[in-house]
Amino acid sequence: MSRDTALVSADWAEENLETPGLVFVEVDEDTTAYDGGHIPGAIKIDWKKDLQDPVRRDFVNQEQFAALLSERGISNDDTVILYGGNNNWFAAYAYWYFKLYGHEAVKLLDGGRKKWELDARTYTKDVPVREKTSYVAKAPNLEIRAFRDEVVQAIGVKNLVDVRSPDEFAGRLLAPAHLPQEQSQRAGHIPTAISVPWSKAANEDGTFKSDEDLAKIYGEAGLDGSKDTIAYCRIGERSSHTWFVLKELLGHENVKNYDGSWTEYGSLIGVPIALGDEPGKA
Amino acid sequence: MTSPTANVAAGCAAPDQSAPLPSSVDLAKETVITGIVRNADSEAVGGAYVRLLDSSGEFTAEVVSSPEGVFRFFAAPGSWTVKALSRHGNGELAVDAALGVNEIALNVATA
Repeated sequence: MSRDTALVSADWAEENLETPGLVFVEVDEDTTAYDGGHIPGAIKIDWKKDLQDPVRRDFVNQEQFAALLSERGISNDDTVILYGGNNNWFAAYAYWYFKLYGHEAVKLLDGGRKKWELDARTYTKDVPVREKTSYVAKAPNLEIRAFRDEVVQAIGVKNLVDVRSPDEFAGRLLAPAHLPQEQSQRAGHIPTAISVPWSKAANEDGTFKSDEDLAKIYGEAGLDGSKDTIAYCRIGERSSHTWFVLKELLGHENVKNYDGSWTEYGSLIGVPIALGDEPGKA
Repeated sequence: MTSPTANVAAGCAAPDQSAPLPSSVDLAKETVITGIVRNADSEAVGGAYVRLLDSSGEFTAEVVSSPEGVFRFFAAPGSWTVKALSRHGNGELAVDAALGVNEIALNVATA
């Protein structure tokens, strides 16, 4: 993968809004933004209602994913262009799902809603009607998803990249600073994890930095290119953003997203936790 | 009976910025930095991207201001910078936050 295959610019998107075979999809946790105005022709996926299992603590399985895409009118041959608010966090999360379930052609809109808004581009409230399809999802590709046991075994062995803010990494905050701080899990980070906040990879307008800048950021932070990598955050969406950078833009081979992330790890009994600004020892 | 989606783990997206503080928020423990984004004509600016930077200038969080221009962060006591980007220009302000509610006025203008 590379920037050319994984990313489209706002200019390109604006010129291709009506190109057949392209489906623009806005993804967010809170879809009121879509309802108030979205990129012309875009449909919506609600990260919480559509992509999470309503009972088990997990995201949608292969059958549920296939049913969702069929119902929204997306076919296996379509090129899906994902974008959203929150600096594309949930769009990147959805991108990871599409890859996990084997969709061939999926891309992120660079800068997402934010760049579109700051450029003062057009929105519409018209909701497109798409005919239902018979989407076939593949079995989940677990080469890009990490589970907790693998994460514990990766301490001191693989690259662990904590992409939360420095204060969450150190244990001074328990959640991103737009959320209340009372949380059930313990504070801190996985020992030996390096701290590279997701925001290091993005410009102020939400677009990704250049490949050259990105390679420098992770190299200087101590990411060892010869090792496998696991990225995590609090619930796995900010780390999807970093997974996208490492795997899809920089082309690193073995990169996994640990979607259980700190809400799971920080609640486990007996696992090691490091406090403070340093990675800590295995 | 609660709705089925009430059981789903909440994501990291920001809640409604204009809603009253939830009753579960304990102001003896939380450091709330809140305010209204206004343009040069003192009109509230909705849809602005408001970000919170820590004392070293590192990004900590970002929210979109509500139609009434309101934003809100849950931080910790200390020095922070609040910065806004919008269609109506940009602006920033340094804040020394203490426990409880810290109200600020954030003005944006074209450079």
